[in-house]
Amino acid sequence: MNIIKVKDLIFLYRKKDENGEVVQEIRAVDGVDLEVEKGDFVAILGHNGSGKSSLAKHINGILFPTEGHVYVNEKDTKDPAEIWHIRQTAGMVFQNPDNQIIGSIVEEDVAFGPENLGVPTEEIWERVGRCLKAVNMEAFRESSPNKLSGGQKQRVAIAGIMAMEPECIVLDEPTAMLDPRGRQDVISTVHELNEKKGITILLITHNMDEVIGADKVFVMDKGKVVMNGTPREIFEQVEKIKSYGLEIPHATELAYQLRCKGLPLPKDILTREELVEAICQLN
Amino acid sequence: MMRDITIGQYYRADSPIHRLDPRVKLAGTFFFMISLFFQKSILTYVLAVLALVAVVKISRVPFSFMVRGLKPILYILLFSVLINMFFVPGVVIAKLWIFQITREGVIQAAFMGLRLIVLILGASLLTLTTTPNQLTDGLEKMFGCLKKIKIPVHEIAMMMSIALRFIPILTEETDKIMKAQMARGADLDSGNLIQKIKSMVPILVPLFVAAIRRANDLAMAMEAKCYNGSDGRTKMKPLVYAKADKTAYGIELFYIAAMIGLAFVSRRIGLSF
Repeated sequence: MNIIKVKDLIFLYRKKDENGEVVQEIRAVDGVDLEVEKGDFVAILGHNGSGKSSLAKHINGILFPTEGHVYVNEKDTKDPAEIWHIRQTAGMVFQNPDNQIIGSIVEEDVAFGPENLGVPTEEIWERVGRCLKAVNMEAFRESSPNKLSGGQKQRVAIAGIMAMEPECIVLDEPTAMLDPRGRQDVISTVHELNEKKGITILLITHNMDEVIGADKVFVMDKGKVVMNGTPREIFEQVEKIKSYGLEIPHATELAYQLRCKGLPLPKDILTREELVEAICQLN
Repeated sequence: MMRDITIGQYYRADSPIHRLDPRVKLAGTFFFMISLFFQKSILTYVLAVLALVAVVKISRVPFSFMVRGLKPILYILLFSVLINMFFVPGVVIAKLWIFQITREGVIQAAFMGLRLIVLILGASLLTLTTTPNQLTDGLEKMFGCLKKIKIPVHEIAMMMSIALRFIPILTEETDKIMKAQMARGADLDSGNLIQKIKSMVPILVPLFVAAIRRANDLAMAMEAKCYNGSDGRTKMKPLVYAKADKTAYGIELFYIAAMIGLAFVSRRIGLSF
């Protein structure tokens, strides 16, 4: 079953001058079609201005299509009666950890979503405990978010979304403002949620290394989906990826360079281990 | 200077006072302040001071910590004491050039000073034992009835708690902007007052832009979490009166009654002044 279905989506940003007249139209999303199956880990790749964030905001009902449709659980996001249901089904984690934490104590922030949904008090406590445990932040339950590192804050934000019990979580560049350690923590947390709880993940990023573990990858450029497939299928096409201003994983890059120098290495190397293995096979 | 002000600071401790419902504490502070403006009498002052000392003891907030909070208002205190001392008419007990100190003046000044000190200590005890969030929660619930006359009580309380949460973030941001401007050669410390105020402009403008941007992001994050005003909202920590809260209300009422009684008795036996 498809949890998210995007059909012929077009979204225009209109720049207006002081008189309110449209001076420029920017096609942030330009005819995107994509489907995400329940339980999948999907990554959307693209450099700045490729329209990936705009696409993400459509799934949560923050932006609405200029043309075309977005369906979450077969419900159209354009339907005002369904908006709260859609926002609960597809939770969203944003880029800046500071700007999405509302509570002044970690546990109160995690409770914010369920409070909005009108969940009874005892169940809120139960959900908060469970979700903080799922992201390994139990120890910080009563801390102030201001005292946490970026990665920890982002994990709290993920717990806050989880507490709303969504079927799908959309993460809009959740690691862009984090250090490598925080990045690693957040990405492994997201993978764990996908594997253990079966939550569908839609990860928006421009960092290649985060894409490797995904089931499916969509590459966006200038508002269009230009490539899609498994990570291996995508990264085999090194030149094409580079032409969209994206980098490839370090191991793949190294294998590619070596291949150009004439070493017979396979094309689908993604991780360091695979590279080591492949090089050892040479003689 | 800012660090000296204990009013509005929270002192983390585990005491019966800390655990009380914020509404009880708000009401108590209100009663206490009112009671200080009752009929002047030695007896009512003794009771007020005793009550305050008792509550401070129970709250486990160190007394020295509270006294530090008086420092910023020291001058106001001195000023009102001196004015009272010199300008209250009555029996002259000392003369200094054109100033006269009267017996009534000294008594008045002493009680005035005491009243101010007790008043401020009482008020600071509220914030010392109640987190800002509990305070806004308490205020929201207490003034909840105003919703009927279309005052957005929940929204105001939400704004207050978000503002409190962003104070440290914005402070940090100000610090960053100041350093960034200094690195570009901005001179923030020299010159007269007007020049100093002018040099704040390159700090305030980026700070405002950043704050508005943050507000925008936060609004989006709140919407994404289905925030839709107070309708149909539940609470993780709803305010429910416990047994201790009811007892505390009882004590507050008893205190007010005792104050009225004492004021009345003092007037009868001539202890008031």
